[in-house]
Amino acid sequence: MMSLQRILAVIRKELIQLRRDRLTFGMIIGIPAAQLLLFGYAINMDPRNLDAAVADLSSTTASRALVMDLAHSQVVNLRYQAGSAAELEELLRSGKISVGLFIPDDFERRLLQPERAAAQLLIDGSDTVVQGAAAKLAQPARTSPYTDAPPRLELRTFYNPERRSPVNTVPGLIGIILTMTMVLFTAVAIVRERERGNLELLIATPVQTLELMLAKIVPYVAIGLVQVTLVLVLGVLLFQVPIRGSLLDVYLLTLVFIIANLALGLAISTIASNQFQAMQLTFFILLPSILLSGFMFPFAGMPKAAQWIAEILPMTHFMRLIRGVVLRGANLSELTGELAVLGVFILVAMTLAVRRFTKRLD
Amino acid sequence: MTAALNTAAQPGVEPAADAMAGLAIEARGMSKTFGKVQAVRDLDLDVPRGRIYGFLGPNGSGKSTTIRMLCGLLTPTAGDISVLGYRIPEQAEALRRRVGYMTQKFSLYEDLTALENLQFMANIHSLRRSARHRRIEAVGERYHLEGFLRQRAGTLSGGQKQRLALAAATLHEPDLLFLDEPTSAVDPENRRAFWETLFDLVAEGTTILVSTHYMDEAERCHALAILDQGRLVAQGSPLELTGAIDARVAVVESSQPRRVRKALEGHAFVLSSAQIGHTLRVLVHKDSEDPERLIRDAIAAAGLPADSCALSRPNLEDVFVASTRTRTPS
Repeated sequence: MMSLQRILAVIRKELIQLRRDRLTFGMIIGIPAAQLLLFGYAINMDPRNLDAAVADLSSTTASRALVMDLAHSQVVNLRYQAGSAAELEELLRSGKISVGLFIPDDFERRLLQPERAAAQLLIDGSDTVVQGAAAKLAQPARTSPYTDAPPRLELRTFYNPERRSPVNTVPGLIGIILTMTMVLFTAVAIVRERERGNLELLIATPVQTLELMLAKIVPYVAIGLVQVTLVLVLGVLLFQVPIRGSLLDVYLLTLVFIIANLALGLAISTIASNQFQAMQLTFFILLPSILLSGFMFPFAGMPKAAQWIAEILPMTHFMRLIRGVVLRGANLSELTGELAVLGVFILVAMTLAVRRFTKRLD
Repeated sequence: MTAALNTAAQPGVEPAADAMAGLAIEARGMSKTFGKVQAVRDLDLDVPRGRIYGFLGPNGSGKSTTIRMLCGLLTPTAGDISVLGYRIPEQAEALRRRVGYMTQKFSLYEDLTALENLQFMANIHSLRRSARHRRIEAVGERYHLEGFLRQRAGTLSGGQKQRLALAAATLHEPDLLFLDEPTSAVDPENRRAFWETLFDLVAEGTTILVSTHYMDEAERCHALAILDQGRLVAQGSPLELTGAIDARVAVVESSQPRRVRKALEGHAFVLSSAQIGHTLRVLVHKDSEDPERLIRDAIAAAGLPADSCALSRPNLEDVFVASTRTRTPS
């Protein structure tokens, strides 16, 4: 028979320990806040302020107009004036600039011959994001700035405000933060007791495995919900993330995701033999969660094998759920398939944890 | 039950003798192997109810492993074990409600206060509200915890931690108490007080199984098992064990005890010798006739002085040395 008294005793004990562990307690608030600010401001898929240099050998009104257009695009930040193409290449190779604009001395004549490139854009191809952005910059240089629409306008259309990153990043960030904190909290939960010697005493008492597992999860469910709230509030206030679906749906799907992560953490905790191993295993989960879930790169563009791996991760399904509800305003009832996958995941992870945990030392 | 364990006949036994309605622990052929290491080999144990039963042995002799098997924390490799009538390991879960276990290393939560630890353990043992208050108050008084109930367990002294651990292990009034080297981090004065409380528990009918490597503690047990390299080498009350010793003990006084010791060690009739101040305590083979004469002759032959040589009553340490020694050559 499961005993509520025993479950509550362990929950209470966990909460007291958590309250006294100042650093961990601080991290409950600190990690989400720091991550949100970092990722929200720093992860910007639309590159801005790429360092650039110009070698204007033509030095005419038309060439200066082109340089001004480039400078006003906000994509590049003109830092150097170069005297030759070789000098540009040197700057590029040394990493001082990512983009170089070379305007030959016959620039004006070339402009009159639309089939010839009027100027050359040198791009640092080692960063694919820079490459992509800078390649688009090259387009106005090939068309004539005089005959067609002004290049400045053309440039701006690529980076219109509707493509702001935080809107896409913040909902996914909830998943990353929860994966990080929730899995880690429970991954160390049982290992820590073992390392400190508490487990030997605990397993010599009538406490049951399932009671112990449930009691280890419950306090962190509450903590996870606090973190979600924090990220949502900051996301709306700082980054104007729109929540188009119902808030109740957001919390419901997040709750399921939190439990999935906690169950995963518990399973890790019964496999790892010390806290260091538990942390390593957590990062083993965290990294693919960030890279393969669709948080960083589009899921559709990944090779099949990577997609299969991603399908095993709770984070992938959470991404689809949260983006659906928050950004597309979808209803949870339209996304039951993803929820069901998370449900199965919880069942498997909990079963694994309960079966792997024995009330024995051998 | 072997005759050696019939402690009822022993003088100085407390009135709880009538509570001895049989055996608390009965084990036959108990063994435990870790990989290639045989930690416990073919152990037979009979622990009577309402007694303090001691495990005496050096580190690595299998004391902790045996205790862990008996409370169901380790699965025996072989053996029939019955603890309080429960078959172990199959019925270990039912047994847990009726035993208390004090681990060798302090294993309560160091970041909880003493009181919080007691409340936690009381709840884990499903004590009802009123019983919880009554028991926490009772153990607080008995083990003198009042002064540090609101202090974090991690900041307590060795003696305080030990009292708290014993209090936590006895909260649910277990019938059987396992204590794994409970006094290793405690000063002599606290050890004395600790043993007094153990006898209080026994008087209330609790059976206590305690492991130790201190001879003075072993002397206080009702019955003892001497373990060496995972084997049971002797079992019985301290009196029986010293009476049945497989050797004779002589005390030699000499001005040059160290050289005398060296001279004696080569002789076949000498089992072992130990220097105690100016004297030597010599264990002599049981079958040797007139050991005093043998020793005197051996010392004289080495050209060394001997002021006196007399037979002495064996103590538990002699038993320990004699019984663990016989194993070594095999």
